[in-house]
Amino acid sequence: MGVYVVKRLLWLPFLLIIVSLVTFALLRFGPGDPVQIWLGQHQNDQVRERIRAKLGLDDPFVVQYVRYMEGVITRLDFGESFQFRGKSVREVIGTRILVSMQLNLAAVIITLGIGIPVGLLAALRQGTGWDNLIVAIALAFQSLPVFITAPVLLLVFALHLDVLPTSGWGGFFSPKIIMPAVVMGVPGIAIVVRLVRASVLDVVGQDYVRTARAKGLPETTVRYRHILRNALIPVTTSFGFILAGLAGGTFIVEIYFGIPGVGRLSLEALNARDYPVLMAFAIISTTLFVIANLIVDLMYPYLDPRIRLGAGHVA
Amino acid sequence: MLPNRSGLPSHEHGHAHAPDGDPQQPDWSENELAAGQVLELDDRPIRGHSYWSLAIRRLFRKKLAVICLSLILFMYVGALLSPLITPYDFRAIDLQNTRQGPTWAHPFGTDRQGRDMLTRVIFGLRTTVIITITSLLGGTLVLGVVLGLMSGYMGRWVDSVIMRTGEVTSSFPEILLLLIFVAAFRPRLLVVVQQFEDATGIDWLIRLGVLDFTLISVGLAIFGWFGMARLVRGQVLQARESQYTEAALVMGASTAHILRVHMLRNILSPLIVSISAGLAGVAGAELVLSWIGVGVFPPVPSLGRMLFENGSPQVLMNHPHLILFPIGTVTLLFFCFNILGDAVNDAFNPRTR
Repeated sequence: MGVYVVKRLLWLPFLLIIVSLVTFALLRFGPGDPVQIWLGQHQNDQVRERIRAKLGLDDPFVVQYVRYMEGVITRLDFGESFQFRGKSVREVIGTRILVSMQLNLAAVIITLGIGIPVGLLAALRQGTGWDNLIVAIALAFQSLPVFITAPVLLLVFALHLDVLPTSGWGGFFSPKIIMPAVVMGVPGIAIVVRLVRASVLDVVGQDYVRTARAKGLPETTVRYRHILRNALIPVTTSFGFILAGLAGGTFIVEIYFGIPGVGRLSLEALNARDYPVLMAFAIISTTLFVIANLIVDLMYPYLDPRIRLGAGHVA
Repeated sequence: MLPNRSGLPSHEHGHAHAPDGDPQQPDWSENELAAGQVLELDDRPIRGHSYWSLAIRRLFRKKLAVICLSLILFMYVGALLSPLITPYDFRAIDLQNTRQGPTWAHPFGTDRQGRDMLTRVIFGLRTTVIITITSLLGGTLVLGVVLGLMSGYMGRWVDSVIMRTGEVTSSFPEILLLLIFVAAFRPRLLVVVQQFEDATGIDWLIRLGVLDFTLISVGLAIFGWFGMARLVRGQVLQARESQYTEAALVMGASTAHILRVHMLRNILSPLIVSISAGLAGVAGAELVLSWIGVGVFPPVPSLGRMLFENGSPQVLMNHPHLILFPIGTVTLLFFCFNILGDAVNDAFNPRTR
């Protein structure tokens, strides 16, 4: 078990080097000069050259890459942002990530909080009208793209009813979070409902459930201890990806609702050719992805004692 | 397709022998099958009920799924034939009739520049359809299946290399990398293609969006093949251990023969399930990319771009047709994808029955 975790974590640095190298190469290969964008119309070749030299943009590719990665590895220093002059990337990204995380957390609470009980309900009423109705409604909501839910909600709740603020960010407990969180959380409900439903149906047919019922356990015990717990195993897989996505931004929702999160920042950074910020994004999201996957793998044996890590080959 | 040989102890074959609603075998309820029982098979040959014909029959029994499948086919064919069936030119500007609501002349109304919305929606759909097909069928499917087969069957270092590469590609932050990818390659390729167009006299590569389609499809395929490859690999690992593969090996079958006959046929049904589930994902990615502004560039119409331009509450209030028709098309397409994906999963995936 310990060996398994160490093995997986040792793989992380290699991944990070490849991901950062590819990102760095793509950024440098692409056209656009951050200094030119930054100076705008007040062009002065001398000034531009001086700034480029100061930022080290004229050095060979390898030198630039090694210098950047050295800062990241030794001091966790992602450099200074090009577009927000005088601010470190850590500073710029740190606040944005916190915003995106809170928003995503709110969305996940909506998704799982509604999805799991509804999925369980659908499965326990399998084959009845309820089951079909629930699945159909969930599917309909999943098919509604953010592109329509966002403006419709804005129109109804902000413009017509005037009960919710239109946009902006006020923290986790501000009513401003409600609309974006709903828009983000609702499409996922269908996925959770179907996952939980399918998985519960699979478990219900297992021998141990029959045994549990046969030995006279109360129905609630059977449902929660035998059915739900086993049925949630596949759900945890998607939960891991939800975790990885927590720090990731959602471009569309953040732009629609004017939320200063990661998604918007990365678009701004791309337009300004803010290389250090984009590199930091690539590195941070890769790390989170790997760690989230690891957490999922570690959660399996806890939920299902039949699964042993590190035994045999790991697919 | 798969021949019915009785007595093989594999689950899939077991299912192949349980035709739904066959009056002669009344007691094999679906739940008992799901519990993974090995069926006691007799040697009676069952004619005309291959696994495939059963699966397809199960699929066609669901009316909603059939309706959705027909709608998807209808939209796909319509989109691909768009230059032939659209009433107007998608670039034809008519400044006298801007932002008109639906009329007989313009069933979906006209946009800010008086262009016919119906035409633009159909052409936008064509963009989505072309990218879905090239990226999913061309890229993900070919890459995923070939690499997955190699990885699973050859094992050893081939397996390691492919799996590790896949882990790298799948751990990239996808949309961000696609953004950077397009931003890096498009301007450079644009110059190259322009020179090529000037040199050869071909003038439709950029105008019709061939460049954009290729770039996005390649980008999506690079970051999307691994899921498919892992699925195929898992199936191959299972099939490789089976007795029929061993038998084929003993009889001296070549690697290519085993891969084609024993592996590929066994992975077909999970493959179909995965493709039908992946359709919506690719289409969605194209929408998001175009919405952000790095997907398909004007003048090529794209639904994502239309949604971006008209996605404000003000438009929804004052000129609702500008957003409701594109969004209705998108929603209908996605709803059909989802229903079809579910139905296909129920029909082809032996584990869900």
